[in-house]
Amino acid sequence: MTNKTDAQQALTLGDRVQADRVHTSLYTDPAIFEQEMDKVFSSTWVWVAHASEIPEAGSYKNTYIGVQPVIVVRDRKQKVHVLLNRCRHRAATVCEGKKGKTNSFVCPYHGWSYSLDGALRGVPHPESYADQLEKGELGLVSLRVEEYAGMIFATMKNDIEPLVDYLGPAKKWMGLFMKQGAGYPIKVAGEHRFRFPGNWKIQLENTTDAYHFPLVHKSFLSSVDKQTEEMLDFVGGSGYVEDLGNGHSVMVMIPQLIDLEENLDAPIPARFAELAEQLRAEGHADQEVRRIVRAVGGSGFNLNIFPNIACSMAFFRVLQPISVNETEIHHAVITMDGGPQAANQARLRLHEHFQGPMGFGTPDDSEAWERVQKGAGAGKDLWIMLNRGLAGEKPTPDGRASDVSAETGMRAAYQQWKKLMTA
Amino acid sequence: MNTELITQVAAFIWQEADMLDHGEYAQWLESWTPDGLYIVPIDPEQTDFANTLNYAYDNAEMREKRVARLGSGESISTSPVPRTVRDVSRFRVLSNDGTHVTVRCAQNLREFRKDVLKHYTADVSFELVRSGGSFLIRRKVVRLINSTDTLQGIGYIL
Repeated sequence: MTNKTDAQQALTLGDRVQADRVHTSLYTDPAIFEQEMDKVFSSTWVWVAHASEIPEAGSYKNTYIGVQPVIVVRDRKQKVHVLLNRCRHRAATVCEGKKGKTNSFVCPYHGWSYSLDGALRGVPHPESYADQLEKGELGLVSLRVEEYAGMIFATMKNDIEPLVDYLGPAKKWMGLFMKQGAGYPIKVAGEHRFRFPGNWKIQLENTTDAYHFPLVHKSFLSSVDKQTEEMLDFVGGSGYVEDLGNGHSVMVMIPQLIDLEENLDAPIPARFAELAEQLRAEGHADQEVRRIVRAVGGSGFNLNIFPNIACSMAFFRVLQPISVNETEIHHAVITMDGGPQAANQARLRLHEHFQGPMGFGTPDDSEAWERVQKGAGAGKDLWIMLNRGLAGEKPTPDGRASDVSAETGMRAAYQQWKKLMTA
Repeated sequence: MNTELITQVAAFIWQEADMLDHGEYAQWLESWTPDGLYIVPIDPEQTDFANTLNYAYDNAEMREKRVARLGSGESISTSPVPRTVRDVSRFRVLSNDGTHVTVRCAQNLREFRKDVLKHYTADVSFELVRSGGSFLIRRKVVRLINSTDTLQGIGYIL
């Protein structure tokens, strides 16, 4: 255990989340991390996959809920199952590899085999069990699964509210985000994966932090054309951050890009002129060209869905806690399934430009987060300040909102954290 | 075995490696054909780089931007600048038509920045075009052996 000061000992978990600040121990205390795996990640809806990642019967994806390995799999009847990746005999994982396709799950240790829905199908040399093995009781543990707008969530808490109720006003924003398919189905077409030595909540905060953008991403802004740079100069602009309840929030950076199917008559940005020309040459009608080009640029907002997924402008940001001071992030690229090749190539190149270990944005974010964790090692009794934009916060039909660089979204997430951790 | 050709391509590739380890980026940018592509893929089996997600897929414009960023001092992940030393070896000429030479080689790179020493091993393929007694790079594909793993920031050119 960590050595706690007297002042820290006296603080309850609830005390550590105030209206305008959270205690440093939320980033640094291994005991709090252990509790989070149980009270947050095992007690709410957690995003596990986009439907396009498991397109066919037998398609699977390995992922984690908190630190527990799970398999997301589509069975022969197209039903999606989320199964604990643990043989019911002696616990070995029954599925390896990030993604793939299979007919069944067979444990490599003693050969117990399971069907795609997790049912125990066969046990080699069953005679030793003298017909006393309760096969019906020994299927892979199957979790409750629900899907909205192609996004698949699972939960270990069987009596939790339906997913649609949990998402609440976030659903509207998910619908808007999926418009970047420009009429084609959205497809996850790969991802950049990286880790940083810091707590998962540092990344959770970052997706709703406009304040850092001009500073941390100065080198990225220097690499884009003037028009794009001006579009991304949103701090101090007319955007806003809105608390959507249940820890979810939306940060609207570019209000004119909330709905990608509106403003189709707006001039095509210079950086997409060549793409538009190419699409026209391929025979796409003018409105269709405008719709596709606008979708390629991505949405003008980040939607943070508590606790582990964000719809972030043009990609999915997936957060996976590893330990109190290590976090894995996936930035999944989105393409238009069956859409024009030139448009999808443009999306891939835009993703590579900012994201990933060699991108012009992600490494700088990662460096900043690493320094947050390092700095949090000093002054154990100090607080993380989250009071930006508090003074201007006003009620809205869906929650509360303040200016674009307000820490409203972070406050929303921490209030949900507090609710779950003190339940 | 054409040892004379191997010596020629090795000398060129060693020179490129030395430029990158010593930050001679202006000269490095001039080592390319105008249509040259610098690619760091994610999937080690991938060959259709244009239609898949990579770590880097740089044409001339992106190479210039990458170089500008590394030297700009605007990026906290590259200030301080990482120090690198790379060994390139195991050269094998895969094809040679007199103008174009395709070479595959092994690269072991050590990086030190702040208080961390990292090691990246890669299979590197070059498509070189003969030019004025030397070569220009038409394509360089760096296949990291751990490309499918989680990586941290790479603030230099592999």
